[in-house]
Amino acid sequence: MTDMTADLDINNSEQLRYIAAQAADARVNVELETEGMTLNIGPQHPATHGTLRIVARLDGEQVISAEPIMGYMHRGYEKLTEVRTYPQVTTLINRIDWVGSFANEVPFILAAEELMEVEAPPRAQYIRTALFEMGRIANIMLFLGDMAVQLGGVTAIFYAFRDREFVLNQIESVTGGRFHPNFNRIGGVKDDLPAGWIKETKSSMQKVRDFCDEMEDLVVGNEIFQSRCRGVGVIPADVATSYGLSGANLRASGVDWDLRRDAESPLAWKDLDWKVWTHPDGDSFSRYWVRLQETREATYMVEQLLDGLPTGPIMAKVPRIIKVPAGESYVQTENPLGAMGYYVISKGELTPFRVKIRTASFSNMSISPWLLEGVYVPDIATILASLYFILGDIDR
Amino acid sequence: MTATEDAVQEEAATDPVREAIAQSFADELGDGFIAQHINPGSDLWIRIAASSWVDAARFARDKLGMNWIDFISAIDWMPNPYGREMEAEQDWVVHGGGPNDKDESDAEKMTTGVTGGDTRFQMFMRLYSTEEHIGVTIKADVPDEAPAIETLIPVFVGASWHEREVWEMFGIDIIGHPDKRVLYLPTGFEGNPMRKDFPLVARRVKPWPGIVDVEAMPGDGDGDGDSAADAATDAEDAS
Repeated sequence: MTDMTADLDINNSEQLRYIAAQAADARVNVELETEGMTLNIGPQHPATHGTLRIVARLDGEQVISAEPIMGYMHRGYEKLTEVRTYPQVTTLINRIDWVGSFANEVPFILAAEELMEVEAPPRAQYIRTALFEMGRIANIMLFLGDMAVQLGGVTAIFYAFRDREFVLNQIESVTGGRFHPNFNRIGGVKDDLPAGWIKETKSSMQKVRDFCDEMEDLVVGNEIFQSRCRGVGVIPADVATSYGLSGANLRASGVDWDLRRDAESPLAWKDLDWKVWTHPDGDSFSRYWVRLQETREATYMVEQLLDGLPTGPIMAKVPRIIKVPAGESYVQTENPLGAMGYYVISKGELTPFRVKIRTASFSNMSISPWLLEGVYVPDIATILASLYFILGDIDR
Repeated sequence: MTATEDAVQEEAATDPVREAIAQSFADELGDGFIAQHINPGSDLWIRIAASSWVDAARFARDKLGMNWIDFISAIDWMPNPYGREMEAEQDWVVHGGGPNDKDESDAEKMTTGVTGGDTRFQMFMRLYSTEEHIGVTIKADVPDEAPAIETLIPVFVGASWHEREVWEMFGIDIIGHPDKRVLYLPTGFEGNPMRKDFPLVARRVKPWPGIVDVEAMPGDGDGDGDSAADAATDAEDAS
């Protein structure tokens, strides 16, 4: 028997058949039934951006079922809003998606303004929109570096953290807070832009674009990254919508929908010239690609906003003590992680009667049991990283 | 209800699209359709019977193209039974009264929001069309005794987590949900935290400090207290 494989002669068909048969036998042996195993991932795991626990039932290297277990960070914000005045609520909701905090405040403030029939002046809307987009950039830059780390490429995250500073510094110099700006007020924003800010911001936007180019070469163009991501975690468009996915996760499945373009909003997106990026594939790679393009697009949006910044006041006339008239309103915006909305019910008091907080990551994560079924263990990290969730945004 | 309907008719002229959607729900659901409310150019609400809950979602998805599930949640319309004691000092200044006052007449009156409501608990869901870019909020009353509603999982698979949240937070039973386990709360947790009669324990143990820890507001200083805000404004006035 050993002489059959001693010297490989590719013209010897009998020998080749023998090798093929051996290989087939080996495959059968591998696929023999193996004992099921439960793998506990988290609550502390780099792929979880917080404390998410995933209980995966495995058969060999394959996932039979995966169940995320949340609630480790549930802070009960919906209940707490019922005992806070409207201006106090923004402090709380900053902490929902803590990487894109500024964007969390905006839909709530807009919902309250809608009920009060107050509209912030144009300059305030432009400042809001610019900071909103800078929050998006800071948020997604983290993802662009982090996704590569999940797949074993450590370099990208250092670049991401380095270049993200430029954006965070600009946010900080306006709002005073790097992570939790608490800058929106009902009827406007807290302060005007500091001197020299526009010029510095434009140069930081150039740095972000350089970073995007770098990621395009370093990560997107990387053969290993592509082979780990392409075709992994494919979400068809109709499945995505019935799970309520939003943001880049949905656009990467070919659904051309962006609330910045498609919803009526007092913010300044309608004045800008920009493009909604989509990708037809729906796999992990396309989710990375779409976010990369969106980051670059956002830098151009910020520049346009700063060029077109209107003059005028930054606060509308609002009462000293804010009482919101009875009514209901729902405002949703396209946040870094996806569609985020606040359903505000007021009874004419100082505090909201009920606030339903619709967060993007909650729905984005709800697809994970379906998506992780049948994948191999290393792909769990790829898929979770590509869905990009922030735990505070799931748990609220 | 007639007042609402009149108001709707006046506004209808300015928003034919949403009017048409509301009308198509009314035609489809018949007696299951109870009320509608339109904010022209902005939003649409309809209220339906709980028995039409699943039908309405299926109709919206299949015939109106509302393919995207936004959220499912519930509202407890009961007024806060703890009166004013959990409010900030600032609130007493505005409303009058003090920490131990309870407005009995208010507590008995239950007011509901747009499209009205007859029961304490109301389910509401929001559906949206990613093609037409239009959404609808659908509300349904659930019975006061043993509140329950049918699951939407056959229509939108993503309903599962939303319904688990409603089930644990409001204690509204979801009929036919295959996986009714707590989502956020620890296993064995008793009570339904989002109900209005579930006390916010932290607030009861440690009273809300109120105005002393918020920033001074312009024009403060009507001399009704000894707060730092008053002192700050007095100093400003003097200068």
